[in-house]
Amino acid sequence: MSTFILNEIRKGFYLDSVALMRLSRQIAASPGIAEAALMMGTPSNVAIMRNAGILKDGKTDAQGNDLVIAMRADSEAAARAALTEAEKELDKPKTQADGASAWRPRSIAAAVAGVDGLNLALISVPGDFAAAEARKALSRGLHVMMFSDNVSIEDERSLKEQARESGLLMMGPDCGTAVIGGAPLAFANRLKRGGVGIIGASGTGTQEVSCLISEAGEGISHAIGVGGRDLKKDIGGITTLMAIDALDQDSATERVVLISKPPHPDVAKVVIDRISKSPKPYTVCFIGADSADLPSNATFAPTLKAASEAALGRAIVNDGFDVKVEAKQLAPRKGASRIEGLYCGGTLCAEAQVILKAGGRQVASNAAIPGVPDFEHADAKGRERIIDLGADEYTKGKPHPMIDPSVRDDAIRAALKDPPIAVVLVDLVIGYGAHADPAGHLVETVADRGPDAPHIVASVCGTEQDPQVRSEQARRLRAAGIHVAPSNADACELALAIVNRT
Amino acid sequence: MKLIEDANKEALKRILEAEPKLLDVIPAREAIKGLKERMILHSGPPITWDRMCGPMRGAVAGAIVFEGWAPDLASAEKLAADGGIKFHPNHHFDAVGPMTGMTTVSMPVFVVENARFGNRAYCAINEGLGKVMRFGGNDETVLARLRWLRDVFGPEMSKTLRLLGSVELKSIVARGLSMGDELHQRNVACSSVFLREVAPALARVSTDKEVLAECLGFIAKNDQFFLNIAMAMAKTMTDPAKGIRGSTVVTAMCRNGTEFGVRVSGTGDRWFTAPVEMPEGLYFPGYSEKDANPDMGDSAIVETVGLGGFAMAASPAVAGFVGAGSPSSAANFTKAMGEITVSQNSEWTIAAMDFAGVPTGIDVRLVVETGLQPTINTGIAHREPGVGQVGAGVVKAPMGCFTQAVRAIAKDLGVS
Repeated sequence: MSTFILNEIRKGFYLDSVALMRLSRQIAASPGIAEAALMMGTPSNVAIMRNAGILKDGKTDAQGNDLVIAMRADSEAAARAALTEAEKELDKPKTQADGASAWRPRSIAAAVAGVDGLNLALISVPGDFAAAEARKALSRGLHVMMFSDNVSIEDERSLKEQARESGLLMMGPDCGTAVIGGAPLAFANRLKRGGVGIIGASGTGTQEVSCLISEAGEGISHAIGVGGRDLKKDIGGITTLMAIDALDQDSATERVVLISKPPHPDVAKVVIDRISKSPKPYTVCFIGADSADLPSNATFAPTLKAASEAALGRAIVNDGFDVKVEAKQLAPRKGASRIEGLYCGGTLCAEAQVILKAGGRQVASNAAIPGVPDFEHADAKGRERIIDLGADEYTKGKPHPMIDPSVRDDAIRAALKDPPIAVVLVDLVIGYGAHADPAGHLVETVADRGPDAPHIVASVCGTEQDPQVRSEQARRLRAAGIHVAPSNADACELALAIVNRT
Repeated sequence: MKLIEDANKEALKRILEAEPKLLDVIPAREAIKGLKERMILHSGPPITWDRMCGPMRGAVAGAIVFEGWAPDLASAEKLAADGGIKFHPNHHFDAVGPMTGMTTVSMPVFVVENARFGNRAYCAINEGLGKVMRFGGNDETVLARLRWLRDVFGPEMSKTLRLLGSVELKSIVARGLSMGDELHQRNVACSSVFLREVAPALARVSTDKEVLAECLGFIAKNDQFFLNIAMAMAKTMTDPAKGIRGSTVVTAMCRNGTEFGVRVSGTGDRWFTAPVEMPEGLYFPGYSEKDANPDMGDSAIVETVGLGGFAMAASPAVAGFVGAGSPSSAANFTKAMGEITVSQNSEWTIAAMDFAGVPTGIDVRLVVETGLQPTINTGIAHREPGVGQVGAGVVKAPMGCFTQAVRAIAKDLGVS
């Protein structure tokens, strides 16, 4: 095979050696080039090029301040082409790469040191490491929102005590939703700002209430998450009590909604005592409880929708949606009389149990509220199932169905083929953190259902301002024959109305 | 925790308070206590002949011939293989050496003293570029240069430095950082500033114009001349920080081409070792990563004091060695190293980072916690003996050294 050696000298042309080495590598990779280098003509560089066999007759006239372009190629044409490319690279105007903005701190310490005015850390690492990271954040004066779960109750207690001593909010562990000063954290929605403060021990409960209020035209000051165990006896409501203090002092907050599963009675007493000392009106939604013994500045709400209406001070009017009217238009499914609830949101699932139970249905759930048997219980047999697909037994090693709704697909398809089922009741949760298009996913999943499949009744938890756009999601569902209610509570009522007609 | 924080504060204080000055250039046998005939000091943690990499063996053979312990390279290798030579790390003798790091009795060494603590460190003279012993070169040109350094350059530099009294080193480094050096791959600015400092005195002490011109030319043509001085300087800075109970600050990082070694203040002279990694880099024409020897040299002592890969932002072009690294991303390397260091050095600042000090005092806990390995800028030697440098690049200190160190300190402090 013939070889062609091409040498070119640029007198008095200096370029940084690393830049030249990068360019050399690029030119050496050109078609038909055996070896190539761009180097300043210093004696040691000339020796290197000579040893590489790319100098004509092993020598060059270049001096230390001259650039040498040297190559050995299969043919003259290949060498000329590579030289042209090299010269083009040397002479073309350069644009700065976007390197400087690529740095992201890898540790809480570096973030605090590098950015002024940080005051909150969102911690979402595996549970084994979450407590250690939270301690670092708290000791640096940061409030903490801990999305991580699988943190021991002992760690939760000691973290919350440390936070209380430093006057910091410890939201979580297992805190899915918070909106602080308009900033959505983890699973949260883009909300109007306003006078309603929310304290939530649950994620989707906070999302549903905040979205219903925002869509009704009011706004949210802050939604503070406390974590699902805050009102248990072991924790004693440390974060809930601090959240009440914070919202009491916050001038933007006019009234407060507290959402939780029914607390431990001792803790409930402490929290309610504290509420009685607040100058602001409270709505208390202990989802699954029938009532609570509340002071005069607080009202009880059995459902998320009721809590939203209490905070709004008026009923939510949904342009034209009337359960009875809707239900009338729906043909009953022959021989079917059951409702099956397939939920992504844990608190939405709890609300469904409350409403269906109140509507006289016999329900069971894997995430049962007080008075409802769970699936393991002997009484569960023959009852209608309201399933929380975000519960641990469904999400081990898999993403939460709010992120990846396909966890629910098989259950939905099975329910649609189950003869006794009249209504499949589902939720869609949108906003930050959620799937980009849960409606599209659901539509695709149910596309091949038969003409006499059960009715599908859905609600979309979210707002018009969310990236997925609530009305757009609803439109896509309706276009696919799915019945869309303006809230989860309304969806439950519609399901009831359908089965009660049959 | 308080104990560790206080210990680290003390370690940093000692590192930053250093006053390193270059005093002299004298033969290693006079400078280094305990260095004897048929003894070779090498880079990195301890290693025996049978485990040495190719370039280290090449350099050893060359050093043996240079010292006259064997007549030729073949018999030199035999002498080494038969146990006729005692090998010790430079670090065990207050010394450091780049790449293979050969130090033997008749080699002239820089003497750097830390005036604040009174300790000294030594490093041989940088041989220049091309085929050199530090990259495993050992042919006649290599040995002839070493003889000239021993017989001509060393004595001339000694006279020069004695006339000057001493050369203050921290300010040269500070100026170099502002002129584009990071002090590991780039030393052209510091070498030039150094030449400016010593040239008049060199002219005064020299009795032969030709010798004077040769000596001035030798420094002027060697962009890396200052590296060896910076290495001895760095060692004098970290040595006083050794042995502070509970301190998790790194006092030395070095490699012998086979293993990477780390010393931590709280564990004194103990080495934590792990296999060295391959540098990521760019190669001279005719060579590729297939020819490269794994990482080598005591030069990572400069990273230990916040220079080299830690000061990448001062020398943006060097970032180009890494993957698609763009010079404009150089500051990211320095910022990342800021996550694993205790503090900054306010005397050594980087203008492009609004005069932030170089990140100083590697904390082994932070390395393990963040998963960020120290970044080291380095030359790349051919893996065969006798060839020399084939490229340059960036390498990471292996995580294993740091996890071992954290465990050892935890054990020492009785925490598990």
